[in-house]
Amino acid sequence: MIEFLKRLFGPQGSSATAKERLRLVLMTDHLELAPEMIETMKRDLVDVISRFVEVDREKIDVTFERQDRTLAMLANIPILGVSRPSPNGNGVHKVEEAAPSEAPAAATPAASKPPVRKRRKRKKTQAHAQAPAPLPAQ
Amino acid sequence: MHQLQSTDPVVPSEASEPLEEARGKLGRAIVLTSGKGGVGKTTTTANLGTALALRGASVVMIDADIGLRNLDIVLGLESRVKHHLLDVLEERVEVGDALVADKHTESLFLLAAAQSREKDEVETAKMQALVTKLRERFDYVLIDSPAGIELGFRNAVAGADEAIVVCTPEVAAVRDVDRVVGLLGNRFRPQLVINRLRPQLVQKGKMLSVDDVNAILRLPLLGVIADEPEIIVTTNRGEPLALRATTPTGAAYHAIAARIAGEDVAAPMPPAARVPLFERLGSLLGGKRR
Repeated sequence: MIEFLKRLFGPQGSSATAKERLRLVLMTDHLELAPEMIETMKRDLVDVISRFVEVDREKIDVTFERQDRTLAMLANIPILGVSRPSPNGNGVHKVEEAAPSEAPAAATPAASKPPVRKRRKRKKTQAHAQAPAPLPAQ
Repeated sequence: MHQLQSTDPVVPSEASEPLEEARGKLGRAIVLTSGKGGVGKTTTTANLGTALALRGASVVMIDADIGLRNLDIVLGLESRVKHHLLDVLEERVEVGDALVADKHTESLFLLAAAQSREKDEVETAKMQALVTKLRERFDYVLIDSPAGIELGFRNAVAGADEAIVVCTPEVAAVRDVDRVVGLLGNRFRPQLVINRLRPQLVQKGKMLSVDDVNAILRLPLLGVIADEPEIIVTTNRGEPLALRATTPTGAAYHAIAARIAGEDVAAPMPPAARVPLFERLGSLLGGKRR
């Protein structure tokens, strides 16, 4: 039955591979051709993250990487400081303006803190492509 | 208006004077381009030029692929070329003297590329001026662009006001067309010709389909040309297939020409490409994989 559906929906020959490669290569091309868009996105991204943790704006590194069937955006954003968790213990909600001296043990000095790797998937179309298994499994 | 010629080539009238009189309005300057080489720009130019001329329009084709002259070969005019594009641009020869009358089709002319020169020897402004001059005298100026996106491409595009992009159903070709369309910008309203489609391979899922290609490019589709052995044969002979309007591919070129001329004709598709679902269902029920 699955086999039947596979045949019915979308060719499984090399044209499917071609389509997939084309989709990825064009995403990469379009990103390469829009450096100012990436700069704007980087800035906005950092603005959002800065609402929660203090980050090193100078050392932010955003790259795009082909991963199997998806294109991933990898952002390497060094964190300089994290403020005290909120009273209910559900995590940090608000940055208390750069007060490293008062910070509890949780907020260790920036140097010893490993950079946080944030991973984001791009492209909403073909949402199934984000799943690790290719197409309907089994 | 001429009748479409079915089999016999039109015999050109003696002593055609291409530039005898200026016309009232400017003709259309259309650049044919693709980015990638080898997708069939030159063959498409020759066939669309022939088809448009057979419709009764006056057409001049400019081979802008300086250094790699091909259009004369496809048209079978290689022995008649005496002067070339750079002779005209560098004002050694009057444009009227450099135009070669086609031997099959009346009111069709070729301005050949220089074979022993280089693309960046062309001055963009002069190219632009030449195209404008030709637009005063011809209904259509078809410019066969070289592959690539460098100066040769930019010169080919300079004088044009419309663009036809030629794409084959391949990853590299689609990618390059995507890039070229980005470079052309909105001014040209590029239209798409998909070339060398093999319907049987599409049915088997072994080739990108028309929809696959245009889901990405999203361009107005002028038509689809199948990958037919007869195109190779006619190119060998130097007789564009559009001279034979009764052949499926010849008819497809004529349909595209009609669409360019503004007629309300459906975009030609290779016949077998129309029934993939039916065929696919058939092979499903039969259980055999093609």
